[in-house]
Amino acid sequence: MTTDSRIRILVGKVGLDGHDRGAKIIARALRDAGFEVIYTGLHQTPEMIVTTAIQEDVDAMGLSVLSGAHNTLFPRVLSLLREKGAEDIVVFGGGIVPQEDMPGLLAAGVKRIFTPGASTSDVIEWVRENVPHRRTEERNHGTDPALR
Amino acid sequence: MAEVRKSRSRKEWEMNTLGPALAGMGERQREFSTVSSFPIERLYAEEDLAGWWDAGRDADAPGEPPYTRGIHPTMYRGKLWTMRQFSGFGSAADTNSRYHYLLEHGQMGLSVAFDLPTLMGRDSDDPLAEGEVGREGVAIDTLADMECLFDRIPLDRVSTSMTINSPASILFAMYLAVAEKQGVPLEKLEGTIQNDILKEYIAQKEWIYPPRPSLRIITDIMAFCAETVPKWNTISISGYHIREAGATAVQELAFTLADGICYVQAGIEVGLDVDVFAPRLSFFFNSHNDFFEEIAKMRAARRMWAGLMRERFGAKNPASWKLRFHTQTAGCSLTAQQPYNNIVRVTVQALAAVLGGTQSLHTNSLDETLALPTEEAVRIALRTQQILAEESGVANTVDPLGGSYFVETLTRRIEEEAAALMEKIESMGGIIPAIEAGFPQKAIADASYRYQQQVDRGEKTIVGMNRYQIEEEEPVETLRIPIEVELTQKKRLAQLRASRDARRVGRSLDTIERAARSGGNLMPPILQAVRDYATVGEICTTMKRVFGEYREVSVF
Repeated sequence: MTTDSRIRILVGKVGLDGHDRGAKIIARALRDAGFEVIYTGLHQTPEMIVTTAIQEDVDAMGLSVLSGAHNTLFPRVLSLLREKGAEDIVVFGGGIVPQEDMPGLLAAGVKRIFTPGASTSDVIEWVRENVPHRRTEERNHGTDPALR
Repeated sequence: MAEVRKSRSRKEWEMNTLGPALAGMGERQREFSTVSSFPIERLYAEEDLAGWWDAGRDADAPGEPPYTRGIHPTMYRGKLWTMRQFSGFGSAADTNSRYHYLLEHGQMGLSVAFDLPTLMGRDSDDPLAEGEVGREGVAIDTLADMECLFDRIPLDRVSTSMTINSPASILFAMYLAVAEKQGVPLEKLEGTIQNDILKEYIAQKEWIYPPRPSLRIITDIMAFCAETVPKWNTISISGYHIREAGATAVQELAFTLADGICYVQAGIEVGLDVDVFAPRLSFFFNSHNDFFEEIAKMRAARRMWAGLMRERFGAKNPASWKLRFHTQTAGCSLTAQQPYNNIVRVTVQALAAVLGGTQSLHTNSLDETLALPTEEAVRIALRTQQILAEESGVANTVDPLGGSYFVETLTRRIEEEAAALMEKIESMGGIIPAIEAGFPQKAIADASYRYQQQVDRGEKTIVGMNRYQIEEEEPVETLRIPIEVELTQKKRLAQLRASRDARRVGRSLDTIERAARSGGNLMPPILQAVRDYATVGEICTTMKRVFGEYREVSVF
């Protein structure tokens, strides 16, 4: 069996925001910690991100928004995931998000937002504890034609 | 009287005085280094300067090449640096009131922050603009917004800096059109457009077209300004964003000067006289936490640029040799934790910029890791500069650190390291091939990851964040941009589209497209299109048809 037991995480930049220092650091730290990481690059629309997440069959997505557009972009991503029946993908994020916006984002389904000062080990530890394998069986079938 | 033991050489001192001290209690760390991990020695003394430091060349002559000690003979005794706070948010009217507020409080020049859609050449009603309108800067779609932005601000009496890159030609044309409406002759206008596309590919990531057509737009602007707006600074060659993206001080310096070389070459290649356009190039550096490293970087930058302009490009006009620069304190150094500590960081960084000989300065506000700054936070930031300028005494003499063993040696070391990195870029064929190969992008990503690991391991201290933490108190008050700003701006844009002469707009966009294809200077047709109230997005879309769009190969 060609099972890859590693958790798969999409790290993405959504919207026009070009601040990718944090996203790249997180992508690299998660990769170094043993996760499989897909980095989307810049200027992704919520639709593009969700399509990639589903195509790549990820277990979680970490989205970085430093432009202040988080209240628009996160809920959009979550509602698209629900529309496509992929709401079990764990969504977390990072960026300049004021405390008062947190409750709304959590209510929309974001599991956790990391704000300035979070360390890479905080993020790694959180992912280990909060991101379960998703549809592992199906993925194995999907990746190994012999099992179909 | 007891006999005083005095060492006659470094060796002797090390044996007699240092040795016992080290044996007794040692030092705090095994090695010391700057925030960029540049190694720092225990002591710098006369012998560190021996053999290369020429008092005649390096110590005596501010206002003379290579300008290590400053580009003006009197520096801040003659004129203080320009205090220029970067600001923009919400609608043009919101930002216009902030400008009046800043000018009333003693700010000397304006600096426009545009919102992301504007920076990316998109209109407020573009689908990708959703949620971003007016949020990180002011939303400008057409000349009507620009008229509102500079309402009751006489453009012949302020100098204006505009942080705009890919669509710089368009926003600059709008500024010129506002000046025309105010009756101000264009040759009187003073200011700067950032217009530095190369650092967009390297660090800031707000691009539209690929590098080569982008360079052509820039040389069009340089040629147009030489004729029509001679006092305008056509490019602000920026290390700031490179540093914010995680570069070291040496990388910031090397990549910025490499970008500068590319612009000068491009200007010469299209037949412009280097001594006409080079004096209108200015620079923009970051001032980070490591005090002496920043000062040394700024001093090295001046010396290196003077050498490049004279020797490599054969510039004859001393104004071409002088590296003039703006500085902003390092946004990435600020912490969300115990945010009032940021005032202190900004003070130290601003002091470094002043001792580094900056021509203008933006000091960040204490709340900028949380949101755009409030009026009170901006006022404290401006007052920080005023206290440095008018209370501290540091502006009373030229280059007070000149001749310091440490500062001179560090200046030299940073110059050598940056020159080696620039050699490497040259060997790749210059900065554009280097960008296409992802070289600076990868170098910055590596440096930023290394620094983050040092912070996470506690090897580099960030006070209040990885040391001296407290239970965080109530968050400070921040500026909120209501979502209504976006709705109002979209409505305003829709009304404008309905009321303007659509046929004129169509014709002026066609003229831009023809100029883009034929190679004619783009500035005159862009100026006509903005007078006709064509939008930023319409003009960019027109040019994209000819120039295409840039796609990045992402590396992490």
